[in-house]
This record gives sequence, structure tokens and C-alpha cells, in this order.
Amino acid sequence: MKFDSVIIGGGLAGLVCGIKLSQQGHRCVIISSGQSALHFLSGSFDLLNRLPDGTPVDHPLTAVKELIKMEPEHPYTKLGEIRFEELVAEAEQFFSGIGIELAGSATRNHFRVTPMGTLKRTWLTLADFVTCENDIQLPWKQLTIFNPAGFLDFYPHFVADEFRKLGATCEVHEFNLPDLDILRRNPSELRSTNIARILDKPDNREHLCRILIRESSGTDAILLPACLGLDQPDTVRIIEERVGKPVYLIPTIPPSIAGIGMQQFLRNTFQKLGGVYMMGDHVMNADIENHRVKRVYSYNHGDIPFEANHFVLATGSYFSRGLTATRDRVYEPVFNLNVSYLKERQEWYTGNIFDAQAYQQFGVSTSLDFQAVTGDTLLSNLYVGGAILEGFNPIKEGSGGGVSILTALDIAGKILKDQSVWNCSI
Amino acid sequence: MQSFVLLFSLYRENKIYPDMQNHEPNKVYDVIIVGGGATGAGIARDCARRGLRVILVERKDMATGATGRNHGLLHSGARYAVTDRESAEECIKENKILKNIASHCVEETEGLFVTLPEDDLAYQNRFAEACRAAGIDAEIIDPKEAVRMEPSVHPDIIGAVKVPDGSIDPFRLTISNVMDAKEHGALILTYHEVTGLILEQARVTGVKVYDHLQKETKEIRGTVIVNAGGIWGQYISTFAGIKISMLPAKGALLIFGHRVNNMVLNRCRKPADADILVPGDTISLIGTTSSNIPYDQIDNMMVTPQEVDLLIREGEKLAPCLAYTRILRAYAGVRPLVAADNDSTGRNVSRGIVLLDHAERDGLEGYITITGGKLMTYRLMAEWATDLVCKKLNIEARCTTAEEKLPGSRETMEEINQRISSLPATARKSAIYRHGDRAQKLAENTLQDNSLVCECEEVSVGEVKYALEELNVKKLVDLRRRTRVGMGTCQGELCACRASGLMGSSGIYCTKRAKQDLSAFLNERWKGIYPVAWGDTLRECEYTSWIYESVCGLKPNQE
Repeated sequence: MKFDSVIIGGGLAGLVCGIKLSQQGHRCVIISSGQSALHFLSGSFDLLNRLPDGTPVDHPLTAVKELIKMEPEHPYTKLGEIRFEELVAEAEQFFSGIGIELAGSATRNHFRVTPMGTLKRTWLTLADFVTCENDIQLPWKQLTIFNPAGFLDFYPHFVADEFRKLGATCEVHEFNLPDLDILRRNPSELRSTNIARILDKPDNREHLCRILIRESSGTDAILLPACLGLDQPDTVRIIEERVGKPVYLIPTIPPSIAGIGMQQFLRNTFQKLGGVYMMGDHVMNADIENHRVKRVYSYNHGDIPFEANHFVLATGSYFSRGLTATRDRVYEPVFNLNVSYLKERQEWYTGNIFDAQAYQQFGVSTSLDFQAVTGDTLLSNLYVGGAILEGFNPIKEGSGGGVSILTALDIAGKILKDQSVWNCSI
Repeated sequence: MQSFVLLFSLYRENKIYPDMQNHEPNKVYDVIIVGGGATGAGIARDCARRGLRVILVERKDMATGATGRNHGLLHSGARYAVTDRESAEECIKENKILKNIASHCVEETEGLFVTLPEDDLAYQNRFAEACRAAGIDAEIIDPKEAVRMEPSVHPDIIGAVKVPDGSIDPFRLTISNVMDAKEHGALILTYHEVTGLILEQARVTGVKVYDHLQKETKEIRGTVIVNAGGIWGQYISTFAGIKISMLPAKGALLIFGHRVNNMVLNRCRKPADADILVPGDTISLIGTTSSNIPYDQIDNMMVTPQEVDLLIREGEKLAPCLAYTRILRAYAGVRPLVAADNDSTGRNVSRGIVLLDHAERDGLEGYITITGGKLMTYRLMAEWATDLVCKKLNIEARCTTAEEKLPGSRETMEEINQRISSLPATARKSAIYRHGDRAQKLAENTLQDNSLVCECEEVSVGEVKYALEELNVKKLVDLRRRTRVGMGTCQGELCACRASGLMGSSGIYCTKRAKQDLSAFLNERWKGIYPVAWGDTLRECEYTSWIYESVCGLKPNQE
């Protein structure tokens, strides 16, 4: 099988890279082992919420200068201040260009609502979700949270109590629909995705709307846990029109409807552009000749190789198996690329789970252009992007989404430039 | 004032549980028990059954010291047969008693003492003879037969002896003792830390306690004060100016992600490091290491990489599959070993039961210490202590704890199974396994109550509600010890959040405290996870941090 580019990993970085390349007529395949970290998306992408020293960031475009001084191996440092700003602008256009409506901008972080009800800085938030300009006042005075009875993955009082602290009146209302009892017959079924499949049915949605109308008099806005709109992305708009009041979602604990929807949407976009998406497969090994990856072999395709001019490794970190940790080392399992990590295992962690953990910062070392290195050899046509990269802490910095999106766009740009130089048609 | 109104309204709504009520300030108890391990709970049970007015104070939750930090091995006594005949005899006696009175806490798995090629096979005969002499039914069997009985054992073993070892759940055992004590009128106060002993002339007449939940100091008066504080007993005695020399011995263990063996596996040699593999519930445990630590480190039990490596290296010799079995967590306990009174070097250690009457030993009336011993002999220790309490109170009452079954072990499980037939089969099995005949409390479960809080361990909303209402739960960690929420392969990933919501809505605490409790719970889990965080365990850690810190924005406690 011959492609212009083979992308290993079907998460946020792989998909964004694949879409951008496909938009330029590039022939791409994405080899994805399955679900990705997108499945726990909060509904927002973070760019930079805090500097490594803990300072909160309100203006990521300015703060990145400080970050670059502090973290020499950070993916944003490799991009540099100018490229960072270009890519941020490109990213914001990229999503609206493919039809994903996101609120927010990198000139100033806004706030999203967490399942705990607290407000957290972020960069871009899906249109259906609650956003605020600051963390001292909500845009509404009176709110009502509606929660399906017995739904354990969202505890509305966490949110209500936090909103009250911000001066709003917040009521909690439990609702029930007869069809939800079908789920209750199985003790593990009352989860967000299953509830969405019930609530997305027009009859049930209408039933829900009538409850919302009846129970929300005097309320400025209606809040629901993100357990609807799985198959129909415009569900919230439909409910809003029917109820005549603003309706917003609050993220739940996983599975994340927003994340699953995002993954499906990006995948469909990629495929509509002619991309080939291979689900449930993973790359086993590769042929390397003259410092270039020639072809890779996958589990499902055995000795039928994938050949391409460019390869992108976006297999994620430990969770997605982009990195593997054993008792004494951390390695990258596909190409055995150079990984930066601390040798002594006891230095990987501290005794407090809320500290910055060293292991979170381990990852694949690359050139300044995100090209892979194995031993002393630079693999000039293998680019590495997203969560697998070294030198950043996505959790403490709030930079996970940003690193995936920006490195993916940057790598796609480099490949396109490179391809036009090579002008190689297959 | 506000909290009083809240308390009152909870009381009216019948949401307040008996444990949340305070003791009556002017009441003088017959006996105050300090320490909520198996021994303290056993004494509370024994004293209450003998008609005494009993109060027990524990600084944390029940079973949080050495009781909850060991193998959970129902010793047959075989381990001590060669080296300590007295302990071996006590063990086999109590083994038989516990199988009867605490059947729902015990799994009669049987055990094997295997000889590896590197061990001396001559020891086997000596071992089997010593077992028989102590009254332990030990049978030398063909090693091939042993491999067939227990396929996880190393296939190269050259000898095997079958003994009546088993596994016992120390949490369940302690809670059952508490339940029986409460049913006989005892008052149990968890999160009440002793901060002083009240001395009047040459007599201890009460304890000063600090209530960690209400954040207030109280005084409790009693005629006899029993120090059942285990390793912490040395510290408690300093409040009365009494010196007891404890020798803290740390023992580290590893929990594997699933149950790899069905019989207890031991090395047939003199007791050494990492030579026992015990199956318990859904997991297996390897242990232990043994190292002396300074007394000021007893609350700081971290498992080191060296201990982890040793446990894996030795464990693999017993069961080779441990080399590639996921490790869930590591933990360590402190054995409460006591130095003999006349031994200033502390080398002359007794592993047996130590009962000190401080009237005789130190001229201080109203105060006794029970320590040493082991989980297996908790009931016997309780009997000895209670006998002494009764003697001091001039009460003649017979001990019934060896015959009377504990709550949970009183009815046949077939009957209970039928009574809760409305529950899904897997949840039914788990509930009976965990609560014995008390599982019938779940008979009234609604569809919503059947919903699972924890998928790993099949813990339902109904079971959580039962634990909250009747099993003295103040925090998420307590709920874990009652129900196994957060003990499974995910170590509390999603269930912790669900359970804290349920605890919030049951009125146990407000949302602010619920979040603090959630943070504390995650950190408590983390302390056992990070010593073994590689492979899939590290993947799970990363996921947990994403969910709770990134998505949920949960923050560490400021306290």
C-alpha cells in the first residue's frame, strides 16, 4: 500500500494532521489502535493555563515567551514564539473551516465549568458548553441544573454549590423518563453514552423539553450534564428553541459525549477528504534505510507494508501505549526512538498525586523540527507529534490540547513543504 | 448554631446514624478501649457480650493499623510449627474457631508448603512432624499432585505439604466484631484520637480524646482503660508515664491485579522474606519483607523500590506467573513486637501475646495493655484482656466469643441468596461474599439501587447505602474497607467520584468536604500505587490524573 503519508495514531494529533494534509490533496492513511484520549475530552481544548512555576496564564500568546525561557525541550519552545502564534491562528481557523463551532481565543483564556462546578481556564470550548469570561461572576443570576435520576457520573450539587458561591441562585432538579428504566435493568448501563441514545430519540427529547419548560420558570439558563447529542450534534439547539431559554452542557466523568462526537466528526471529515482510516490496527515494526523510514508493517496487514514518503508518529503517551514503562525504563515501542526519562524509578513520582510528576514529562526526544531520533540517527522523514513528545506537563500546564493541535499542524506544514520540494508523485 | 440546626434537621429526617451521636458526657463506662484494630474490636465485642458498658475510641477508621496491613492469612499455625510451638498451637485452635464463628470472612482455601530445588528437602520431614505435634493436620503430598491442585505453583517444586491454611478478610472481621459489640450496647467512636490519659492519684480514670471530624476535645470517663493500640500503644502509655518498649518491624506486601492462586503458597523453610502468597477475594498478595524501623517512622510507611524488587524476585519463585501479572499496589504494616521487660537491648523479642496489668507492673490501677500477638489470635487476646477487665471490675461472666457466631456468619448463604434474588446474579454473589447473611439488607433494592458504583468489584448503590447507614462510614476510605469500592483494578478511578456524590447526597457531609474527601482518597490510593507504577498501572495513573485534575479540576487539600 502506497501513500504520501502514513500517520500512526488516530487521536487528536493524528486526525488534525491527516485532515490538513488531505485538504491539500495529500494521500494519507491513519492507522489507529482504537479509542484515544479524545474520549475524555472536557468539551474544551487547553493551550496554556499555567506556567511550569504555577503562575496562572490569562494571555497565552504573551505567556509563551516566559514558558520558552523555562522549558528548553517544550514542544512550544521548539516551535518558537512566532510560529506558535501563527499556528494558534491557523488552529482557530482550522476548526471553524471544517465546521466545528468553538468559543474562545488565544489572546485571552476564558473559563469552562468542570464536573466539580469549579471554573477552569481554557482556550477553545465547544459551543454547547458553559463558558465564562472570568472566574468571579457567572453570566446568569438564576440557573437550574437538570439531572437524570440515578445518573452517578454527574453530581449536580457539586456544581450548584460552586455557582452559589459566585452569587447565582442555582436549583437542582432530578428528572426521569420511562425509557431510562430500560437502562436501569442493567446495573452498569446508566452512563452518559447510553442516556444520550435514549434522550436523542425525538419522542424522549420532546418529553424532556416539556419537563424543562414546566420546571424552569424564572430560570435564566438551563444546565444539563453532557449526556445528550451523541448522534445528533444539534440536539442542544433543538431543545433551546423548543424551551425558549439558553441551554448549556456541563462535562461529566467519562465517557465524554463531546469527545466521542469530536473523534467521530474529525474522522468523518478526514475520510470525506479521501483519507483512509484503519481502525483497530497497530504498527508492529518498520524498515529503515539511509536514515529514512521506508515502510511500516501492521498487525492486521502482516507482510503487506505501508509505504510512504513521510511518516507521522502520534501514538499518544502511556495510556494510549505510545510510551511503555517497565520497572527500569521507558521506551517507544514502534521505532525504539530516543526517549528522555529519569533512570531511577523512584524519581518518576512524588508521594503526592497532585504534585507535578516527573513521569508526565517523559517522552520522545526530537529535533527542533519534530523529526525522530533513534540512537545517533536522525530519521528525517519521521515526524513525532502530540502527547508522546517530551518536555511538557499537559496536566499542570493545561497544554495537552494545544500541543497536539499545534504540533500536528506544524508537522503537516513541514510535510507539505517537503513534498513540494521533492515533488514526488506515486 | 448553624451546624446544630443542620444536625437537628438530619435527626428529624432520620438521616442521622447512631454512630454520629455523641457519648453522654457524664457517663462512666466500665471499660474504655483504645484502638480499633481487630484486637480492640474483639475486646469491645467480648466486653459487651459480658454485659459491660463499653466505649471504643480509634484515631482513624477501624482496621487501619497492622490489622488491615498484613497478608489476610488464616494461619494454620504451620508457619510457626518448627520455630514457635506455642504460637502454632494458638493458631490452629483459633483457625478452627474462626472458620466457625466468622465463616463469611474466611475462605477455606487450604495451603501448600512447597520445597524449591534451592531449598533443603530434609526440612520437610521436620516441618511435618512439628505440625503434627502442634495439632496441625499436615500431609506430605507428591509434588506433581500439588501442581495439579494449584497450577500457579512453580512446576519444579521437589516437595509439598498440604495444611489447613486459608484466607481471612481483616476488614470484614473487624467490622463484624464491631457490629456484634454495637448490638450488645457498645459505643464505637472512630476518628477520635487519644490525646491524654486522665490520672487521679494512682489510677487512670479516663481518656482525653480529640474528635477529628467535629474538631473538638472531649473527656471520657471509665473504670478500666484497655490499651489495644498495637504499635501505637507505646505512645499512648507515655501519657501515664509508663514505658513499654515496642520494636517496630516493617513488613511490605504487594497486591496483584487478579487472583493467581487458589491455595495459600508458602516456602517450606524457616520463615523468611516474601515467602507467602495468599489469595483473597479478587486478588493475590505476596509478602512480606521485614525490617526494623525507628519508632518515629511508624506513621510513615512507604514501600521502597528495593522492597518491591525483592518481593517480585522471591514471589516469582513461588508462582512464576507473578513475573508478568499486573501489580495493583504496595503497602506496609508494622508488627507490634514487644521487648521483654528486663531486656534493655530490645533483642529479646516476644512474638506471643503480651498482657500487662499496669497495677502490678507499674503501680497504676485502671489501666491494662494488650499487645504482641497476631491477627489470628485477636479473639484470644480479647478474651485474655476481657478476663482481666472483669477481674478488676469483680464481675463473673463467661466468655462466649469462641462459640457465638459473628453477624454475617449466622445463616446459610443459600437462604440469603434466595432472599435477595431480585439482585443481578454477580452483584448478589459479591454482596454475599462481602456481607454474609447481612446481604439480605439489599433485598429491598430498587432498580436505581442496583446501579453499579464500582464495576471492578460489583458494588451497587444499595450496598453503598447500606454501608453508609449501618457500618459506621465517615469517609471514602472507610467505605472502601466496607465494600471494596476503589479496591479493584482501577483503584478508584470513576467509582470514587460516584461514591463521594452518594455520600454527599446521603447527608454525611457537604459538597466542600466531599471534594476534600475525594482528594484525600485519591492520594491515599496513590501512596500504594506509585511504588509499583509502571506498565498498565502507570497507564491507569495517567488516566486518573487526566480525569480528576484536568477534566474535573480537582485540587489537593489545603489542610
